[in-house]
Amino acid sequence: MKDQSFTPDQFTKLGNDKKSSEPVVRESISAWKDAWQRLSSNKIAMLSLIILLLVSLMAIIGPHISGQDFQTNHLKEKNLSPSGTYWFGTDDLGRDLFSRTWMGAGISLQVGLYAALADLALGVIIGGIMGYFGGRVDEILNRFCEILYSIPSMLIIILLIVIMSPSMFTIVLALSITGWISMAWIVRGQIIQLKNQEYVMAAQALGANTARILFRHLIPNAMGPIIVTLTLTVPSAIFAEAFLSFLGLGVQSPAASLGTMINDAIKAWTLYPWRMIFPAAVISITMLCFNIFGDGLRDALDPKMKK
Amino acid sequence: MVKYILKKFLSMFVSLFVLASATFFLMKIIPGDPFLKEKAIPEKIKEHLFAMYGLDQPVWKQYLMYLNNLLHGDLGMSMKQQYMSVGRIIKDSFIYSAQIGLFAVIVSLAAGLILGIIAALNHRKWLDSVTIIIAVLGVSIPNFLAASILQYVLGSKLQWLNVSGLNDPTDFIMPVLALSFLPAAFIARLTRSTMLEVLSADYIKTARAKGLSGRIILVRHALRNAILPVVTYIGPMTANIITGSVVVEQIFGIGGIGKYFVQSITNRDYTLIMGLTLFYGIILMAARFVTDVAYGFVDPRIKLTRGGGKG
Amino acid sequence: MRTRKSAFTFMTALLILAIVAAGCTPKNEIGNKGSSNANGETSQAKVFRMNIHSEPSTLDPALMEDNVSGTLATGIYEGLTRKDENGQSVAATAESWVKSDDGLTYTFKIRKDAKWSNGDPVTANDFEYSWKRALAPDTGSTYAYQFYYIVGAQDYNESKVANADGVGIKALDEQTLEVKLVSPTPYFLSLTSFYVYNPVHQSVKDNAAWAADAKTIIGNGPFKMSEWQHNTSIKLVPNEYYYDKDQVKFAGVNFTMLEESATELANYETGKLDYTGKPTGEIPAEQIPVLKESKKDEIVTKGIASSYYYQFNTNEVPFNNVKVRKALAMAIDRQAIVESVTMAGEVPSFGFVPPGIIGEKEDYRTEVKDDFFTENVDEAKKLLAEGLAELKLTKFPKVTLTFNTSDGHKKIAEAIVEMWRQNLGIEVGIENQEFSVLLKNRTAMNYQISRAGWGADYNDPMTYLDMFVTNGGQNNTGFASAEYDALIKKANASGDQKERVEAMTKAEKILMDYMPIMPIYYYSNVYMLKPGFKNIFLDYKGDIDYTRGYYEAE
Repeated sequence: MKDQSFTPDQFTKLGNDKKSSEPVVRESISAWKDAWQRLSSNKIAMLSLIILLLVSLMAIIGPHISGQDFQTNHLKEKNLSPSGTYWFGTDDLGRDLFSRTWMGAGISLQVGLYAALADLALGVIIGGIMGYFGGRVDEILNRFCEILYSIPSMLIIILLIVIMSPSMFTIVLALSITGWISMAWIVRGQIIQLKNQEYVMAAQALGANTARILFRHLIPNAMGPIIVTLTLTVPSAIFAEAFLSFLGLGVQSPAASLGTMINDAIKAWTLYPWRMIFPAAVISITMLCFNIFGDGLRDALDPKMKK
Repeated sequence: MVKYILKKFLSMFVSLFVLASATFFLMKIIPGDPFLKEKAIPEKIKEHLFAMYGLDQPVWKQYLMYLNNLLHGDLGMSMKQQYMSVGRIIKDSFIYSAQIGLFAVIVSLAAGLILGIIAALNHRKWLDSVTIIIAVLGVSIPNFLAASILQYVLGSKLQWLNVSGLNDPTDFIMPVLALSFLPAAFIARLTRSTMLEVLSADYIKTARAKGLSGRIILVRHALRNAILPVVTYIGPMTANIITGSVVVEQIFGIGGIGKYFVQSITNRDYTLIMGLTLFYGIILMAARFVTDVAYGFVDPRIKLTRGGGKG
Repeated sequence: MRTRKSAFTFMTALLILAIVAAGCTPKNEIGNKGSSNANGETSQAKVFRMNIHSEPSTLDPALMEDNVSGTLATGIYEGLTRKDENGQSVAATAESWVKSDDGLTYTFKIRKDAKWSNGDPVTANDFEYSWKRALAPDTGSTYAYQFYYIVGAQDYNESKVANADGVGIKALDEQTLEVKLVSPTPYFLSLTSFYVYNPVHQSVKDNAAWAADAKTIIGNGPFKMSEWQHNTSIKLVPNEYYYDKDQVKFAGVNFTMLEESATELANYETGKLDYTGKPTGEIPAEQIPVLKESKKDEIVTKGIASSYYYQFNTNEVPFNNVKVRKALAMAIDRQAIVESVTMAGEVPSFGFVPPGIIGEKEDYRTEVKDDFFTENVDEAKKLLAEGLAELKLTKFPKVTLTFNTSDGHKKIAEAIVEMWRQNLGIEVGIENQEFSVLLKNRTAMNYQISRAGWGADYNDPMTYLDMFVTNGGQNNTGFASAEYDALIKKANASGDQKERVEAMTKAEKILMDYMPIMPIYYYSNVYMLKPGFKNIFLDYKGDIDYTRGYYEAE
């Protein structure tokens, strides 16, 4: 998206592969366990993770627990403030906001998740190829990425949505068409950094084939930055979808995302604040938690942060 | 150096060409034409209009015609705004976007760096948490929401500022703020994390051990290294911000270029779509070029002749 | 540590100071300079300020096609006639006119004191030039077909003849314009106030881009353009050469281009606009019920001659069955839609021609009541069951309702689909498409149910009814009726209004019996005007006339 196209991890410091110069004094534990230990000691990050799990859980069960479904109109009961019947109030067509908010959260999370997965698949494959093979392949693919990156992404996204009419699939496709590039660059940087290390050379010397080196050695070791990028792709995709909703190009009714709900509410938010507050709170808390958790994860996965 | 710049320009030119071609064929796939309206115009008139704009030709011919015009520096006329050239539309609207955009870059850079440094220097103290919460909030609220709230509170309720327009200098405050939230928050987090990394590096410890004053360490060693990722970020960020934000422009009623990225498509204003794509491409590539050069200045370890780019 | 912190505090303070300083100093300057265009309490002649939403695509009358351009044209240009508040044509640049007995020739007398904004006189030649220019194929006017009532116009516009000599527009002398029509067209006079019929100064042929800049626009209307900041604002000041300049009271008219309705309303509420809402602006629908309470004296609802409806693709199952179409039309609650969903004072519609259109003597819709069908859920269920049985379907197939992307259309679609679901037990999907895509799909008959709307081009029921003739360019429903075509043909050939209205009434009945379209409501425009502003009104189409407005402190 033009408005939010940068994820922090594009800028992870690359090429700085100084290894610890001090002798190992701690007991030997696996990198993952180590990371988990550091992550679980980070209380704010763990709290974020719990909140995220709660939001996801609510996105699944939320639409079914209030006894009101998300699409039935009650035109006589529109714009009601929160009450015993309608826990979050009702919207401009008298639909239950509680069910809608959680359904919307589900849709927004799905958009974020699918976009992140698409970025992951494309980014890891192409970034991996670029980094591993280097040379001409790298140069051509890199040029291709740069060109794709220079297309105003909003233009492409809107073009695609107009051609294919808005749906979750189109939105995810449109977001990933330029979204994977930063992932590819990060993977590429990691791989270049890793592939000259001794254990890879050792594997090569032992006759391991390309795929094995790539998928058994290089990618698992580049996993840290990849995971961090992913946790940050999710919120940026959710935001991008919200922005598309602002343009009226969000998911199709009767489905609604948090973005479309906020956009519906924004014209009258001074009159019916609850219509905006609940979806806005859910989207903001989700964003907040994804970001904090992403930061925590980065700290945990970065061996340099060891104390 | 000269060779490097020449090579860079050549590759930019090639990139632009590919970009233009891809966009051209892509936009021809979208159904519809510039003359579709609820009240359909008679077939004969439409045929004539198509002929006037060369839209009756096969797409490859239109493409060659477009390239030919482009070589003569002609971006063509808008198909929607009568007798306005694409160049003029871009120029007229870019002025507004560039103005608020540049202010926003300065504000977000200043705010981001200050917040980031404060946070890093107070690592694991309450000031760190506060700045980080501010920074994360900045990326947690959709910007159309933030802009609307800003407008309502400062404009409608308190009436401190005009709700829209760019007539008074104070009118810049809200759109600039709305544009700055996200990048400022981002820069703050970026600065904080690299500062932390740098401050724990051996050479800083050495400098401290040598008894250098805190300020010299901060400015000469830490900041200089910590700013590198920020420099990488500023280039594309600037390009993005100055090419306008449809949200901010729409909410604050600014006649900037951002909305055309949406409008040109809904209008099927083919020449304008092309013009915008090229314009954006040039700005982005230029920004990246400047970043590469700036990188060389900030970090003497990087030599321009090495080829630049990422990695 | 301490010094470092204070350095940053200092930097922050400096930054804030810089912003504040940049904000403060020049503000006074602007205040002084701009006192003439601010609505100062002391000045007697006010500037009228309204929003036109977006940049007009052109100010060349021949090329205009939207109401943004039209709103500006009302101030800058003037046709042979103008519309008064009741939709009647009154003398403007033409002081009088004569219609021949057969209704085929109009002779207009141009007033002697009519002048362009540069002082040149406006003559009959200017009109002949301008109209033929609009018809010239190379002008590329999309609205040129509005001249097709004139002899030879269509042939010239379609390049069937090389020149305009055969076109029935002729300046007999400086003051006399003669127009020959193909058939007696009772509403021709109403067309002469339409913007495409506005004159342009003959010097425009030397500068193709004349209509894109304030400096080069020459008009003959009550105002002239003093400033055009593209994409931002347009300012008009009175035209000192205008023949009726004493009636022009405003010191100027300022137009802003705000696309966001919430922003527009905020500008009105903070006193930066004197007018907000339709036709070119918009009041957020949900604010209307509240504003009707809090701003009773400022808010106005005015029905306009436009229809909002859904159309069916009658070539496709299940809408090839009239009972199914009727069932859907009868199963919704229009009153609930206008009251709870659209909320702008729209009127539920049970016919196609909206109120505000002149019939035989008075309003067509009062002469011919729109009681072609009624809402009745039980009857609808029965019809649906029968219809599906006739089609040998066991259940309602999967269909989709398409509409062009807009928050308003989406809300209506959601409400209607829900009514169908609750009342008929059928599931209809909804899909918003970008406008051009929707139009393309509609023309290609690639839809099942589609949202549509239609506004008047001229003040006669024909502007609605002729669109459903067999294979008509706008008739994308598959509706084809020889009887209907014959009635339209008859009405078009006749000069007798009674006979015409009779034929058109029958035609509308056939249309509603066949029901290729499902009427929903007749549009209305809601606007707010600051107290003290007088004589600013919307005509039957909803176009605004501010030219004779004035301000009177209360």
